[in-house]
Amino acid sequence: MNPLQARQLVIDIPGRGDGEALNFAVEPGQIWGVLGPNGAGKTTLLHTLAGLRAPRHGSVCLGEHPLADLKRRTISQQLGMVFQERQDGFPATVLETALIGRHPWLSPWQMESGADERLARGALEQLDVGHLSDRLVNTLSGGERQRVAIATVLTQAPDTWLLDEPTNHLDLHHQVSVLQLLTEQARSGRSVFMCLHDLNLAARWCDHLLLLYPNGEACWGPAERMLVPAALERLYDQELLTVDVDGAPLFVPVKY
Amino acid sequence: MSRPLTMPLVLLALASLAAMMLSVGVGSVSVAPGDVVAVILGEGSNLQQTLVLELRLPRTLSAFATGGLLAVAGALMQVLLRNPLADPYVLGLSGGAAVGALFAMLAGLGGLMISGSAFAGALLATLMVFGLAHGTGSWTPSRLLLTGVVVAAGWGAVITLMLAISPAQRLPGMLYWLMGDVSYARTPWPALAFLVLVCLLVVPLGRSLNVLARGPMQAAALGVAVRPLEWTIYILASLLTATAVTMAGSIGFVGLVVPHMLRLVLGNDQRLILPACALAGGTLLVLADTLARVVIAPEQLPVGVITALLGVPTFLYLLYRSR
Repeated sequence: MNPLQARQLVIDIPGRGDGEALNFAVEPGQIWGVLGPNGAGKTTLLHTLAGLRAPRHGSVCLGEHPLADLKRRTISQQLGMVFQERQDGFPATVLETALIGRHPWLSPWQMESGADERLARGALEQLDVGHLSDRLVNTLSGGERQRVAIATVLTQAPDTWLLDEPTNHLDLHHQVSVLQLLTEQARSGRSVFMCLHDLNLAARWCDHLLLLYPNGEACWGPAERMLVPAALERLYDQELLTVDVDGAPLFVPVKY
Repeated sequence: MSRPLTMPLVLLALASLAAMMLSVGVGSVSVAPGDVVAVILGEGSNLQQTLVLELRLPRTLSAFATGGLLAVAGALMQVLLRNPLADPYVLGLSGGAAVGALFAMLAGLGGLMISGSAFAGALLATLMVFGLAHGTGSWTPSRLLLTGVVVAAGWGAVITLMLAISPAQRLPGMLYWLMGDVSYARTPWPALAFLVLVCLLVVPLGRSLNVLARGPMQAAALGVAVRPLEWTIYILASLLTATAVTMAGSIGFVGLVVPHMLRLVLGNDQRLILPACALAGGTLLVLADTLARVVIAPEQLPVGVITALLGVPTFLYLLYRSR
């Protein structure tokens, strides 16, 4: 697979200085988490990495090729994106929604085959929404829609997953099963890069972290080196208590 | 997956044929369906030959083409704007065409010049709406729709002004044009050929359109080249509308209602909806035109009145019944 790389990347947030240029590669098997307060540019970073927004400086590459030189179709065969916000202008069923994940793999004249439908149904089962296949997406709860969106990318089967707050709207059990699914994806040689709000989920499931500060400063590296209480307190502007659970740190906000 | 797609299309095609048979057969002198088939095969009496081949069939085909073009244009614009309210009439394209046609009529120009002027008006209206809505940023659906509605209101004022200053003897022709009237159509063949061509063209675009209906970001993430696709739809929809309006004046409602009715029944797969729109829109207008010819025969009603009177209650009923 071609690893996703940021080279001297500065994301374009109007009215903000360049800050730190990002240089990293998301290697096969890695799970990256992006942490930062509201408005730090996490979503903009994800969209830039997906090639949906132009960077201010630098480039994003898949393997050796800058995204800007690749066709959208080629990119979408390697890179999948779970958006935080979804638009559904027209009613569509859950199965139809998952099936659009096959779009990058079908030629214009091809219809979805039985095999495509089996992939979509399998993905919906894995996300525990298989029983909703015939329901209209706009009648589902927020958490169910989130899982349908993840199932769509699972149907797309990209090498690299980009996810914007994948645990949004999910109950505790489904948060864990989604993160477990992503872990399995990474174990099978794919890579995962996601924004997370929950510091503790990130600490428990990510092997690499990128801390994004509102002024554009950033630092990244293996998770155990990034989970420094002082850095995290400065990131969120919030005092934290650190406790040890199962040999890993757990962060709790200080109550005044 | 292919069987559920073809079945509704076969049914709609049969309905179209039946509607055309009815339309060709009904009138001051009625022709039985068997005789219609005979005439088309080159038999039948001279009177029947003239009646069917020279008078009624061209008009029926014109009505079919106009309805099909308007419905497909509406369906495409709804995907482009991701808004169920979009249609050529609402976006002011028909208004621009009407101003073009009335201008030619006011200047005392003849048939072909009226058509040409209407076509130019429709294209100008499209350019204005999409150009103004594009502004310095990109098309946002709500801005495009608002621009279209406001521009349409502007055209409405210009039309009223033109009617007010027109000499009285020109008014009936103008009013009929404004209400939509298939009897102005000259030859149906170019429009029909264009309709068939567009239906073939949108089949390979269909799945990309399905993805675009989920929003441009999602579509880009799934490998759709969003900008080129949006321009293609926009140009196609404008040409479709301009062709339809040039043929038959401004007929509202078909482009808005036909795609909706079909979506309520058939779901939202563009590969099915777009050809279905061509057939259902055509059928609706053929039936409406037949009614327009016979309701107060020998006088004729403008077909736009009938489409609205038939379509409004049907649409409201379907909407009320939908989940």
